[in-house]
Amino acid sequence: MHLLNHLLVTALFSLLLFNHVRAEEVHAAVASNFTAPMKQIVEQFEQSSGHDVTLSFGSSGKIFAQIQNGAPFQVFLSADQQKPEALEKNGLTVPGSRFTYAVGSLALWSARSDFVDDDYTRLKQGEFNKLALANPKLAPYGAAAVEVLSALKLREATQPKWVMGENIAQTYQFVDSGNADLGLVALSQIMHNGKIKKGSGRIIPGELHNPIRQDAVLLSNAQDRKGAQALLAYLRSDKAHAIMRAFGYTTE
Amino acid sequence: MFSEADLAAIWLTLKLATTVTILLLIIGTPIAWWLARTGSWLKGPVGAVVALPLILPPTVLGFYLLLAMGPDGFIGQLTRQLGIGTLAFTFQGLVLASVFYSLPFVVQPIQNAMQALGERPLEVAATLRAGPVDRFFTVVVPMARPGFITASVLGFAHTVGEFGVVLMIGGNIPGETRVVSVQIYDHVEALEYAQAHVLAGSMMVFSFLMLLGLYGFQKKHFFAGIR
Repeated sequence: MHLLNHLLVTALFSLLLFNHVRAEEVHAAVASNFTAPMKQIVEQFEQSSGHDVTLSFGSSGKIFAQIQNGAPFQVFLSADQQKPEALEKNGLTVPGSRFTYAVGSLALWSARSDFVDDDYTRLKQGEFNKLALANPKLAPYGAAAVEVLSALKLREATQPKWVMGENIAQTYQFVDSGNADLGLVALSQIMHNGKIKKGSGRIIPGELHNPIRQDAVLLSNAQDRKGAQALLAYLRSDKAHAIMRAFGYTTE
Repeated sequence: MFSEADLAAIWLTLKLATTVTILLLIIGTPIAWWLARTGSWLKGPVGAVVALPLILPPTVLGFYLLLAMGPDGFIGQLTRQLGIGTLAFTFQGLVLASVFYSLPFVVQPIQNAMQALGERPLEVAATLRAGPVDRFFTVVVPMARPGFITASVLGFAHTVGEFGVVLMIGGNIPGETRVVSVQIYDHVEALEYAQAHVLAGSMMVFSFLMLLGLYGFQKKHFFAGIR
């Protein structure tokens, strides 16, 4: 009996030890627009895989510069394709690991209810104090927003009322706090379970701007890291795609 | 060397810092005088509030200012009743934010200089039948002059160096809220490192010279009790 107990304890202990060796720390840098879905995805991923994920959020440009200067990230989820491509060219990624994890959408949004209708009436007639958008020079969602305004032939007319957020999260904040009546924000920021969760807004049809294809990449310091590889694989799973769609992204 | 957008940002920054420094000398002087003289229990709390920006991260100040200036915030409600709309994304909004942000840099040097005067010069002036207002402008202000100069330099330089608060309430509007620090940030974020270096390097030189001049001045006037 004593021996059996001893064996059992040893077995349990080695099981724990085994698990402990297998579970890895994954450090992922994620573009601000993908903050909300990523938190949900990672929660599920951690439960099913046992890996621990640390998330850092920021503008893709800032993350890009940090990776180039040796930041210890293993996975990078960008808001565009250019930055992961550039890292690939500089030899900072694992070759062949880059893929489009989500395609983003824009929304015209106001924190006030019944302010935004389907015809962009307020925008066309200039009945708003400020229009918030992400800085087109820095943020893919900002560049897409300017394309939308050009397509609607409203670029010149609205430009004096533009206020620019450093990234899409700040743009959201400008509108959410009521300081800007209108904003072109990421659909994922205002959508929850397929519905716009606050204020009023409309989804911008995809044909008004170039698709916002968002690429993910495995960084070269994570070449042999099973946890980081598993996280990237999980982003392509049906479960992850379901979460992304609930936040208004399309998946491929 | 500087692009047109850089020059616009530099001009805007100098305009902001000058406006804020003048306003702070007007607002900060009575606060400093009161803090230097009072025996009230309120001295601690008021001094602490004045000093808050020294230790609060700009994100806290920027966040609360953004909410307060919004249409439902208390500043926003006040400005809307006065018929001037809301202050976020405007030059006036930056001025208001900077006044909060740079307040301790102006109040504390003036307060220190006034405390260092002691009672004696005021008593002497009083025996010469100088009234309180007269005493303040003909005795306190001239004697505390080094404190005022330190306060002006620090208030100006600190406003020039402001970044986080402006980023959070400014909205990056050229000629209105895009100051030098934000312009540098944009260059860096857009990976335009050459342009970033020109502006950032100039900022380093400017700030160094300001402080060098200030410390040279303070050494000369150390007897006035400015540290």
